[in-house]
Amino acid sequence: MAGATTLRLNTAGSFGQTRFEARAATRETPLVKWLSLGTALTFFAVFLLMPLIAVFVEALRKGWETYLTALIDPDALSALRLTLLAAAIALPLNLVFGVCAAWAIAKFEFRGKHFLITLIDLPFSVSPVIAGLVYVLLFGAQGWFGPWLAEHDVKIIFAVPGIVLATVFVTFPFIARELIPLMQAQGKEEEEAAVVLGASGLQTFWYVTLPNVKWGLLYGVILTNARAMGEFGAVSVVSGHIRGETNTLPLHVEILYNEYQFAAAFAVASLLALLALVTLGIKTWIEHRAAHAHQDLHEGQS
Amino acid sequence: MSIQVRNIHKRFGSFVALDDVSLDFPTGELVALLGPSGCGKTTLLRVIAGLESADAGQVLLDGEDASGTHVRDRQVGFVFQHYALFRHMSVFDNVAFGLRMKPRAQRPSEKQIAEKVHALLDLVQLDWLADRFPAQLSGGQRQRIALARALAVEPRVLLLDEPFGALDAKVRKELRRWLRKLHDELHVTSIFVTHDQEEALEVADRVVLMNQGAVEQIGTPEEVYRRPATPFVYGFLGAVNLFHGRVDGEGLRVGDARLPRQAGSFGEGAEVLAFARPHELDIVVDADAGASEGIAARVSRVLAFGITARVELDGVNGAHGQHFEVEITRERVERLGLAEGQAVRLLPSHLSLFESRQAATTAGAAR
Amino acid sequence: MNTATLASPFPRPSAPPRLRVLPGFRLTLGYTLAYLSLLVLIPLAAVFLKTAELSFAEFRDVVTAPRVVASYKLSFGMSLLAAAINAVFGLMLAWALVRYSFPGKKLIDALVDLPFALPTAVAGIALTALYAKNGWIGQFLEPLGIQVAFKPLGVLVALVFIGLPFVVRTVQPILEDLDAELEEAATSLGAQRGQAFRHVILPIVFPALLTGFALAFARAVGEYGSVIFIAGNLPMVSEITPLMIITKLEQYDYTGATAIATVMLILSFALLLVINGLQAWTAKRTGRDR
Repeated sequence: MAGATTLRLNTAGSFGQTRFEARAATRETPLVKWLSLGTALTFFAVFLLMPLIAVFVEALRKGWETYLTALIDPDALSALRLTLLAAAIALPLNLVFGVCAAWAIAKFEFRGKHFLITLIDLPFSVSPVIAGLVYVLLFGAQGWFGPWLAEHDVKIIFAVPGIVLATVFVTFPFIARELIPLMQAQGKEEEEAAVVLGASGLQTFWYVTLPNVKWGLLYGVILTNARAMGEFGAVSVVSGHIRGETNTLPLHVEILYNEYQFAAAFAVASLLALLALVTLGIKTWIEHRAAHAHQDLHEGQS
Repeated sequence: MSIQVRNIHKRFGSFVALDDVSLDFPTGELVALLGPSGCGKTTLLRVIAGLESADAGQVLLDGEDASGTHVRDRQVGFVFQHYALFRHMSVFDNVAFGLRMKPRAQRPSEKQIAEKVHALLDLVQLDWLADRFPAQLSGGQRQRIALARALAVEPRVLLLDEPFGALDAKVRKELRRWLRKLHDELHVTSIFVTHDQEEALEVADRVVLMNQGAVEQIGTPEEVYRRPATPFVYGFLGAVNLFHGRVDGEGLRVGDARLPRQAGSFGEGAEVLAFARPHELDIVVDADAGASEGIAARVSRVLAFGITARVELDGVNGAHGQHFEVEITRERVERLGLAEGQAVRLLPSHLSLFESRQAATTAGAAR
Repeated sequence: MNTATLASPFPRPSAPPRLRVLPGFRLTLGYTLAYLSLLVLIPLAAVFLKTAELSFAEFRDVVTAPRVVASYKLSFGMSLLAAAINAVFGLMLAWALVRYSFPGKKLIDALVDLPFALPTAVAGIALTALYAKNGWIGQFLEPLGIQVAFKPLGVLVALVFIGLPFVVRTVQPILEDLDAELEEAATSLGAQRGQAFRHVILPIVFPALLTGFALAFARAVGEYGSVIFIAGNLPMVSEITPLMIITKLEQYDYTGATAIATVMLILSFALLLVINGLQAWTAKRTGRDR
């Protein structure tokens, strides 16, 4: 299900005239071209571009001072800290999982492999609200482990551990899903060659496998990070919305918005939007790099 | 180092890749594993390397059972069909890889490594490419780098999987000669897999012919070509004409024609398959005297470019529906005055006979 | 070498130990399964077990309550509609990105992924600001009698936003891989441009387009953050199903929330199977790996 989100590493970006425009049979008449291009771009502008611009415009509507005040508000800072903490825990957990899953799935044959891939995809297709709900059912006051946790004075729901769990759940498949197709496409001949030459398992992974998937891995990491920091539905269910304690940045946006502090809400939102833009920027840079490496090599060969 | 394999069995699901294969590879020889695709030759090579484990049977390296030895510790050099060069490393780093992976105590210094890598690159005549990346090399260059990389760890044996499979015809020929020369210099026990009979016969000291997971014949190139042990080998090594016939006294009855035959231990009336190479058939024009023997055929095409001419013929009468190929000198074509559509007879100068029952199935698998 | 095959002087040895060439299979697969079970499978199983505490009649009453049914209609109806809109315009956008050159193309290509990366709450408040009566877009729609924010139409807008990249990114690589020679062949055989599109391009792209549609739909059905700000959340009118779960939870009606979650989960699993099938179909049709 994550197929749509994965990195496109081997398509050389087509700049300038495309190969399709250069050929008579695939060239559209100007009317068709401008009509379809115009419709597509209008749709893009209305549905994607305008919301993005709106965030920054609304954030600065009351001026820089209000903007900065909203950002250095103690509640905002505590929300930022919690958001960073949740991401800092979820990221390495899912990284280790992603690498393990991709190694097992891409380099070995076993029964039920396709089923396993489907299971790894599960969190994508589950509503984030349900992702929060499951942990309430397990660890909430009325949940399976609720009484035991209360007895031992451990709080998971409406506390930081619950937020981390929900974050891990919703970002669960990203790294695995980024790595699996890459490592499958790579085959295992290079690893076999390394082993024949005497490399140990870790050496093989470190010197042969990792360099070949590093860009995909990096993208998986930044995407996981973006989703972890931006998660709203799942975290909303388990957080309890305690200001200064269990509020993450997206939840803080909601609270401000519901209190009609629109400029402040958008100011905090603009931070998250910046994070998204940086994520996309890194992604584009990686793809660009890969496409160029691809081209250079092919030019070097001829 | 010598290699022996004993009673190797290997299945993939219901597919039998190797069916009780036992072979000896003596020290210092260059051996070809030859057969059609799916015959198990690559699987056998991978089993010897330890990249695949057999379902049953043993691999003995220098007389020692290696079945429990991990591929990492077998000290074999393996050249992969598509080279498996590390694409993110330069040529130099590729060749140095095996040395750098050694445990610290055995690892040579970087200076020694550099010397060794350059020596190997000199050996494969590609030292000037040390800083390039694999994607910047031609197929033939990659092949040689892969070989240099395998040799860097001083393997006890060298295993090559379809070493020339991915190359174009001209480079193939060059590399073939080069590999033979290299082997004569190094004398490392080497096994290579190929489906190209010309390649096997030209390069190897010995050829192992495989079909459907079993060994059909082992011998020097000369032996297997001149004295094929089975119909499969006959069909696989070069062009061949095939006749279904029955033993009839001193001769052989093929359809309504009669052919002379060499003596053989076949009972009267036995069903046999008879093989003749194109150069073992002669063409007799009907007008010639004593034309009662031979198979009736009609010339369909005469190809006379070189010193020999190739004549393609269609069978007529009893041999209707069959095609034959004959190689004779151009001089003889002119003397016979062959023309398309002409009715002739085919007379074998030599026929190899195989009992039909065993032959029927295996010959089908040959080209 | 001359000791030929078949009859061997050695007794057949028993199967040798299997040595895996690459290490770590048990470790990595074991860890994968354990982590997956602990964090995903067991928690999800809790939903079904909790639901099993209800009798069938109770379960039916919860999941077919009028307010809940109204939420299904809204969620599924708008998700389908949004996915359909995205299929049409997403295909056009992908087409434009692959086929045409125009200024700002790289930037637009990069921004298509924005809905993946932008936190949903941010998208939600931004869309609300745009489509409110005095918003940039809302002010022009208001005189036409079209209200978007705080109406079911608002739900649609939010779902179109989050679903767009699924269609574009599923279709785009297929379009990129299309061989121009196919269309040249069609043209040389006398096909008009439209015919070539209809009979040559569309059949190749179709499985991917359907996959993108299904992905956008699946994402839309479960979406929460970007919708609740713009939906208005009026009972029976503009409440989405995920919101029903939250509402029940806030009333400490855990079983009620879980029952609705069960319905959604079953739908999600079904969709997941459909999508897997579609992806296999795409792979088969285009010879691409998934």
